[in-house]
Amino acid sequence: MTLPFAIIAGLTVGSAIAAMSLRNMVHCALSLVLTFAGLAGLYLQLNAEFVGFTQILVYVGAVSILIVFAILLTRSTEPKDEPATVTPWVGISVAVAAFLTMALAVLASPIGKRLAAPASEVSVKTLGQKLMTDYVLPLEVMALLLTAAMLGAVIIAMKDKEGSR
Amino acid sequence: MAELFAKLDALPVTLKHLLMGLLPGATPEWLVSVVSAVLTITPILAVFPLMFALTTVIERKGLGRIQNRIGPNRVGIPLTDIRLWGFGQFIADGIKSLIKEDVVPRAADKVVHFLAPIALLIPVLLTYSVLPFGKNMVPLDLPQTGLLFFFAVGASTELSVFMAGWSSRNKYSLLGAMRAIAQMVSYEIPLILSSLTVVMMAGTLSLTSIVEHQAGTHFGFLHNWHLFTPWGFVGFCLFLTAAAAEANRTPFDLPEAESEIIAGYFTEYSGFKFAIFFLAEYLGLFAMCGLGITLFLGGWLPPVNIAPFTWVPSWCWFLGKLSALIVLFIWLRGTLPRLRTDQLMGFAWKFLLPMTLINLVVAALWHMSGGAVHIGIRWVVGFAMLAIPYWLLGRGFEASVGKRVYRFAN
Amino acid sequence: MLGTGILRGMVETAKNFAGSYHDPERLTTVEYPEQRIAPKENARQFPFLVHDTEDPMKGLRCVACQICEKECPPQCIYIVKSKDKRADYKGQMQLYPVTFDIDLSVCMSCQICVEVCPFESIKMDTEFELSNTDRFGGLLVNKHQLAKSNEHYRKIHPTEAAVSDAALAVEVAKAQAKAKADVEAKAKAAAEAKAKAEAAAAAGPVGAVAPAPAPKPSSPAAATAAAPAA
Repeated sequence: MTLPFAIIAGLTVGSAIAAMSLRNMVHCALSLVLTFAGLAGLYLQLNAEFVGFTQILVYVGAVSILIVFAILLTRSTEPKDEPATVTPWVGISVAVAAFLTMALAVLASPIGKRLAAPASEVSVKTLGQKLMTDYVLPLEVMALLLTAAMLGAVIIAMKDKEGSR
Repeated sequence: MAELFAKLDALPVTLKHLLMGLLPGATPEWLVSVVSAVLTITPILAVFPLMFALTTVIERKGLGRIQNRIGPNRVGIPLTDIRLWGFGQFIADGIKSLIKEDVVPRAADKVVHFLAPIALLIPVLLTYSVLPFGKNMVPLDLPQTGLLFFFAVGASTELSVFMAGWSSRNKYSLLGAMRAIAQMVSYEIPLILSSLTVVMMAGTLSLTSIVEHQAGTHFGFLHNWHLFTPWGFVGFCLFLTAAAAEANRTPFDLPEAESEIIAGYFTEYSGFKFAIFFLAEYLGLFAMCGLGITLFLGGWLPPVNIAPFTWVPSWCWFLGKLSALIVLFIWLRGTLPRLRTDQLMGFAWKFLLPMTLINLVVAALWHMSGGAVHIGIRWVVGFAMLAIPYWLLGRGFEASVGKRVYRFAN
Repeated sequence: MLGTGILRGMVETAKNFAGSYHDPERLTTVEYPEQRIAPKENARQFPFLVHDTEDPMKGLRCVACQICEKECPPQCIYIVKSKDKRADYKGQMQLYPVTFDIDLSVCMSCQICVEVCPFESIKMDTEFELSNTDRFGGLLVNKHQLAKSNEHYRKIHPTEAAVSDAALAVEVAKAQAKAKADVEAKAKAAAEAKAKAEAAAAAGPVGAVAPAPAPKPSSPAAATAAAPAA
């Protein structure tokens, strides 16, 4: 574990905890953005430049804005003083279960046993070619899904014309 | 002669090597890299803020002339009668903003309010790290992801704008932030799509390689700038439009429309924090212009490959092109009124986005037909494929905006 | 077509830009501290008190009637009347202002004081460089600073000053005519009284009651003539 990794990991985990525990929703969102940025830093640590910068572009640049807008448009940002009424144990147990499943899956996978990762430099070009050849079906399915979601959003947001109903 | 100019061209690089050579041999490696980084960053931090400072004066003078005024021409060297045509103005402005009281609203979210200008300036400065300013002069060469880095870092400024607007607890700030974010998110799409044509043609995301891709010559002397192709020309125009919107420049300056919402998202900032917002805005504009130069205007390449032009140092070409684009933006600011929000959004989604998509198709066709088809046919077809949609979409946009009817002026 | 309007506009602004360098018609800016335009005759900034004689304090036309003080909308004039009297330009005995202050920061240059003044003694100045480094004392202008000669008034507002001078000349002429008439009336009355007295003396003690109604017609004139003389 190197020092940069320790710093970035600490930042990521710390901001994730802050995102869960802060009272003010916008503060939570901003901490979450820091978590995204920390994740991008981790990707960069692993020499995955493309993924890291895409993470910043998509999550820090766009998804965070979406979250913030959703918070502003749906509820008051004023922090409330009363404590959370739901007992946290259900949530904690679900989280622990999810984490255990993931951890067991990772441990069971052969990734840890491999001594060195394949050294081939994955360029953006190869990524793109793979995406347009081997993985073109998932890509198209995703595109269709996103288009459907966008159409749905447009229909929900569309104002009914006078006397149309 | 040419050798001397080549030396002048490499002057910044040579200077850095000289300074690095002054380090004692036993210097640890991490210190060497830190010194190297500092030596690279310092000129950027010196040149571009200075350019910003001069631009503020030139902009005010230029706008004044456009409006048949004189503009600032008083402040020169203090305690003398030397006025320097008013170019001492920016020093006075800087001192003023440094010593002004820093007022933070009582209701403001102090931490976020404090962090917002920093979170805005840092990404803007980071964007400079991938721009090739001259031959062998790129601070951080990312061969795989140069352009992506620029857009990724540039996109994270939106959040700082939101932080500034929300933490001020002021309706004008929040309105300005909302407008700014809506505008930046909308115009980022045409911005990226118009740059994507260049990536398709050059086949790389590295900005240095993109510049080198434009080094070939047309007709023996004209450089192979992307501007000199149908898709490149249209792409450049679309890029500049989207860049103006990203940098909140007139006619897209709704986020800080003085007559409507005071100063937009930085209404509640004073003193040096205000200056930082101002600085970040202009530095963002310069970075956008620098990217436009790199992508379409041949970066640090001279326009023609003939002797006196090739003698001029490459970084001078870059700065010269940058200055020309800044002048263009000042000229546009003096000419155009501000758009309405609905016009702004309509323009992005109904005009710019279709145009960039068509431009992508044209660029692809241009690329495919390279070598096989006569260049004249490629030009005619490419031009027609862009001009006809431009005319149709423009008509549609103008019809949706409608002719302005004045109550008294007609 | 979309964009042609933008290009046309840019040509227009470029014309302005280039024109401002060689066409004085376009660049109408006057660079103020060095270059100045002569003030317009009707310009008005701040009131001043007119005086006629060499010594400004002796020749002030103001008689401290306080009409301007009462009429001033923002109440920026402060006057203290004198206890004694002195002769004004007509030779009539009048009060004069011991204190006459105008608060520069309050005055709104409305000229109502000038309109209401019956003595042509307060007028508007064209001086506009009134800024001051002393924000308390410096903005309260006293009568020494306010006093300016009639020559100055003639110089800054020639048309108005001519009218004002003519009005004053009429007043002076009237006063002189009146004084003359008074003197004549007095002389006449004295002569009459003398004649009557002589007649009475001639008539003897029988007419002792008669002299009482005799000076009646002349006494009011004598009284008014005596008042300024006192």
